[in-house]
Amino acid sequence: MSTTTTAAAAPRARAAAYTRTFLDRHSSMMPTFAALIIFVALLIGAEVHFGNFLTPLNMSALLLNYAYLLILAVGMTFVIVTGGIDLSVGSVMAFTGISCAKLLGEGYSAAVVIPVILLGGAAIGLLIGVLVQYFDVQPFIASLAGLFLARGLAFVVSLSSIRVENESVLWLQTTRWRLGDWYITPTGILALSVAAIGAFVMQYTRFGRTVYAVGGNEQSARLMGLNVARTKVLVYVISGVCGGLAGLVLTAYSGAGYPRNGIGTELDVIAAVVIGGTLLTGGTGYVLGSVIGVLVFGTINTIIAYQGAEQSWTRIIIGLMLLMFIVVQRVIVVRSERRR
Amino acid sequence: MTRLMKHRLFWPLFALVALIVINTVARPQFIKVTVRDGELYGALIDILRNSAPLMLVALGMTLVIATRGIDLSVGAVMAVSGAVTLTIIDGSSSPGSTGTVLIAILAGIGVSLVLGLWNGFLVAVLDIQPIIATLVLMLAGRGVALLITDGFITTVNSEPLNFVATGYLFALPFAMFIWLAAVAAIAVIERRTALGVLTEAVGINPEASRLAGVRSRGIILGAYVASGTLAGIAGIIYSSNIRAADANAAGDLIELYAILAVVLGGTSLMGGKFSIAGTVVGVLIIQTLDSTILFLGVSSAQSPVFFAIVVVIVVLIQSPRVHQWGRTLTSGIRRSEAPEVRSDAEVTA
Repeated sequence: MSTTTTAAAAPRARAAAYTRTFLDRHSSMMPTFAALIIFVALLIGAEVHFGNFLTPLNMSALLLNYAYLLILAVGMTFVIVTGGIDLSVGSVMAFTGISCAKLLGEGYSAAVVIPVILLGGAAIGLLIGVLVQYFDVQPFIASLAGLFLARGLAFVVSLSSIRVENESVLWLQTTRWRLGDWYITPTGILALSVAAIGAFVMQYTRFGRTVYAVGGNEQSARLMGLNVARTKVLVYVISGVCGGLAGLVLTAYSGAGYPRNGIGTELDVIAAVVIGGTLLTGGTGYVLGSVIGVLVFGTINTIIAYQGAEQSWTRIIIGLMLLMFIVVQRVIVVRSERRR
Repeated sequence: MTRLMKHRLFWPLFALVALIVINTVARPQFIKVTVRDGELYGALIDILRNSAPLMLVALGMTLVIATRGIDLSVGAVMAVSGAVTLTIIDGSSSPGSTGTVLIAILAGIGVSLVLGLWNGFLVAVLDIQPIIATLVLMLAGRGVALLITDGFITTVNSEPLNFVATGYLFALPFAMFIWLAAVAAIAVIERRTALGVLTEAVGINPEASRLAGVRSRGIILGAYVASGTLAGIAGIIYSSNIRAADANAAGDLIELYAILAVVLGGTSLMGGKFSIAGTVVGVLIIQTLDSTILFLGVSSAQSPVFFAIVVVIVVLIQSPRVHQWGRTLTSGIRRSEAPEVRSDAEVTA
């Protein structure tokens, strides 16, 4: 790669060419960069406007309040990168959350309950994955069945909310490890480690690369000898396990299980993932992008709460941001297609 | 008999009749229709009346799905049109006059038409995936509805408005005539003109139909406009039924039930061939199932479990792998030498 300084004759053209190559090579990362810029701009804008926004307390609360969303977004990223979609995550979260509260209330220890609810989430994910892969059901419809099933089961477990008294589950939420004014709860650490593991698996493992290959072109992936079937089932199982984990985190967060939790959460998750730069057509996306998407989502919510504006604005603004991002993505895709 | 069984409406109709029979056996009063003050009452009449919102939404959804699209925003559009209509009536000086209500209803429908146009613009002109393009409005629409009603549930007591959902005409519920009219209008437009065939062409292969000279953009745009408008009418019926505009509850999950109704009716989500009669049967199945579940004493909150089972059964019946199993099974019994040449989609549809 030549530097712009060696050829003084046309440094500007060189620079332009260099930028173009850079953009070409990293075009899939552009939406994520854009999300990062928007996140920083939001933080700076809010700080300038309110003067007391960028406090350690606020930033710590952001992670605390949206830990469940972060976990769900990581699982959803896997599914969307394969070109699928999982509408069931909000309901799975409600189902596992209420099951967790119910089982704890009946005196089972957390060491039994937590694996059980994770398995519950995985089972619903497995059902969706098998329908998608082996019965050629569209992901949208298969996960719709998962949504109905999990929501109904949540109400079967209990029609009203159940308080959680179990100390080890509440510990997840009430413990605060402090560093100055910053603090982090075990739920926050859990969410961050899920994101870290997710990012690592996607980038550096054989399974993760297969996920990208399947999303890019399923036919080619199959001809290359990759195990497409296993991968496609597994991403839904991962999303289901993430749903179970989010149920645990949300139950710890609210100190109770509630069967109405997470209605519409699947849309928030999809919006966060798309804002983070993952293409819904599959093949492109980053777990870290989704983390940024969740942070953007959370920051917008916090700003609106700060402003004292009506909560209805949240939905409108998230909708508009989603629109902006899909138009930007569309432009990027069209431009890269034209170059080819 | 086999020809009858291969008809695309056989299985949906069979399911509907089976549901009605099961209900009648379990509680004989289910089938009974009583006449009171020259108006008909009964569980069956209730089903016909209550299916109006879902029927309108599912009709629009059928057209959108036929173009290989999907419209997730119908619930939000219902909320917006209900909010617009009731806010106008609430703010007017004479909420009881027919003129006010008519203007308010037209305004509500007009707004939902514009919302449908917006969806169509995103999908047809900007070429954005339907699921994500309509997700924008699904998220933002309820926010807009909440803004219109100031975050409150606007309640209105207006005689002409109540008539829309609960009134009677010729001894039958007025709401039923609304959906019958909508079904007739769509059927005439789609099936008595070339529009239906063109819609299917666009759904089967958008690129090929464009090259063949079909104006696919206009047709896709039209499908979303129809879906938005019908959802708007559904929203007004819903609001009229509860006599209030509830921005959060109006049309909650209706997009999913509408898609389920369309699929139950034998229209494939892959686009292309669609069946209006199938959708009508699909909606009636869902409403009857809903009433059955209520009768069983299951909390309505738990009913999604039943719908999940129905969805799984339906998609399994439609899946190629199960067809293959079925074929191996039947050919094993018949030992037929002639290889079967028929399309799978036709059989289950």
